[in-house]
Amino acid sequence: MAISEVTVRDAELLAIEEINAAGGVLGKKLEPVVEDGASDWPTFAEKATKLIAQDKVATVFGGWTSASRKAMLPVFEKRKALLWYPVQYEGLESSPYIFYTGATTNQQIVPGLDYLKEQGKKRLFLVGSDYVFPRTANKIIKAYAAANGMEILGEEYTPLGHTEYSTLVNKVAEAKPDAVFNTLNGDSNVAFFKQLKAAGIGADKMPVMSVSVAEEEVKGIGVDNVAGHLVAWNYYQTTETPENEKFVAAFKAKYGADKVTSDPMEAGYNAVYLWAEAVKKAGTTEVEAVKKAAGGVSLDRPEGKVTIDGDNQHVYKTARIGVVQPDGQIKEVWNSGEPIKPDPYLKTYSWAGGLV
Amino acid sequence: MEGVLNQLPIGLSIGAVLLLVALGLTFTFGQMGVVNMAHGEFIMAGAYTAYLLQGVGFLVALPAAFVVAGLMGLILERTLVRRFYGRPLDTLLLTWGVSLMLQQLARDLFGAPNVQVASPEWLRGGIGILPYNRLFIMALAAASVLAIWAYMNRTGQGRRMRAVMQNRRLAATSGIDTGRVDQRTFFIGSGLAGVAGVALTLIGPVGPTLGTYYIVDAFLVVVAGGLGQLRGAVLAATGLGLLNSYAEFWSDASLAKVVVFAAIIGFLQVRPQGLFFVRSRALT
Repeated sequence: MAISEVTVRDAELLAIEEINAAGGVLGKKLEPVVEDGASDWPTFAEKATKLIAQDKVATVFGGWTSASRKAMLPVFEKRKALLWYPVQYEGLESSPYIFYTGATTNQQIVPGLDYLKEQGKKRLFLVGSDYVFPRTANKIIKAYAAANGMEILGEEYTPLGHTEYSTLVNKVAEAKPDAVFNTLNGDSNVAFFKQLKAAGIGADKMPVMSVSVAEEEVKGIGVDNVAGHLVAWNYYQTTETPENEKFVAAFKAKYGADKVTSDPMEAGYNAVYLWAEAVKKAGTTEVEAVKKAAGGVSLDRPEGKVTIDGDNQHVYKTARIGVVQPDGQIKEVWNSGEPIKPDPYLKTYSWAGGLV
Repeated sequence: MEGVLNQLPIGLSIGAVLLLVALGLTFTFGQMGVVNMAHGEFIMAGAYTAYLLQGVGFLVALPAAFVVAGLMGLILERTLVRRFYGRPLDTLLLTWGVSLMLQQLARDLFGAPNVQVASPEWLRGGIGILPYNRLFIMALAAASVLAIWAYMNRTGQGRRMRAVMQNRRLAATSGIDTGRVDQRTFFIGSGLAGVAGVALTLIGPVGPTLGTYYIVDAFLVVVAGGLGQLRGAVLAATGLGLLNSYAEFWSDASLAKVVVFAAIIGFLQVRPQGLFFVRSRALT
């Protein structure tokens, strides 16, 4: 498992342990079966098949990157099994056999753009890894920009795992945007921020808004290199709710005081609770019944109130913009005030008409 | 216009990174013909050495990483690779397996997430578009090339290494202990990977999969430069760095990769043995 998947698994195992300690679901204890997708898309599909057909699991929690989800989607649809996908993604999808507990675009990217616009950052440079999430996200960003009088000065993609950013940094420096919108994935973020910082381009001059950099990644990038830059998520370790206090304490107690919690971990943690709640409501773990019962299930979670939208199987989530602090934590500087209704196809946004 | 001019030093610095990751391979792959897929993991070992020695000092990490990665290479050579000399395909699979095991070992020892290696104070800042850390990498690459050249051409050990490469059996007949030379070659080649790993902590991620990001580029440089040819590696790395820099500047990073690969394939059609070569009866 790659960098971030491991911590999501840990958070999900914590949720299972807590639910079991509280008596389990329908009088039964949950028993986790862990498989490793090895960051390899066909392996994800293969392991999903194994979990459904051989282990006969009640539901599957997991997946990392849209490519892995797209690889697993046909497996779950064909076998009519349930997947709970915990990572923010590019939207434009609504499989009847997937529940999406991370943000869709109108709960993360659109609020991120709203924030930049509010701050007067109207000239943007788009940087992303070359795969489905950044390409789709940037289409949405360009449509938003066109409708809101913002200017896109450049749009650059680098292969997954790319680590040489000096040319890109030169291009960004030459374009002199007000802000950079960053959809790079994984390790590329480390190289990008290190080389941006080394080139003397700081957050004060040109803030970078990232949608895949959370507390866990900040450690690996090096706080020095990323402090002051912006991130868009629905949850931070510092989010002030009683549920979060408990979550952070329980996570550190189980996995170590030096561990941090992050948005995808919290979304994975929530997924287990949401599923358990739907099962209780349905009175069975049978997939169709759980799906039917899940709509409207609402829980107070570390990020605040989350509610499953029965129509598209996404979750109402509060958008939060944060600034990376010198201690590696993320401080919230803006939030949407209330949970935003998920709109994976951006149907309620007039500027997004041509996208779908 | 300024952007175009900036790409020149950027290209040279990309070339320096390529050269640094490839130098070790000019020994193990170039001299000995061992397709060492674990070379990337020796780079990773060097990077983690820098991580562990953060309190002690960056410059201390360079020789330390040389020794750590060198010893790992030596162990690999003595226990496994030695039994597969002259069987390149088997060696490829073998070292690939070792590379996966080393990645998992790093995950178990240091955790799956990247670790933080702070750049030393004295490498913050820069001249024009080139940060000091890039200049440092260029200087380190140049120093490594000089050291290797001196070792190969000015010492008895280096002469013996070249002799074994050029004609193993004749070298053995002349009383050279080829087994010892092999060990030493592998030690130095792997050690250089460790040195590259320390330098890479300045510009890239430090995690279990670090090596996989550089291994292909390293092989490209050695193949394009000509097996075991130091000046070939230097020229190839510089050329590929510049090509990469300008191709990416005028298109994008994905297309630049295509351009570089296409250029190498085209070049190898004309000169299958790379820029420079010597007729040899080495292991291959």
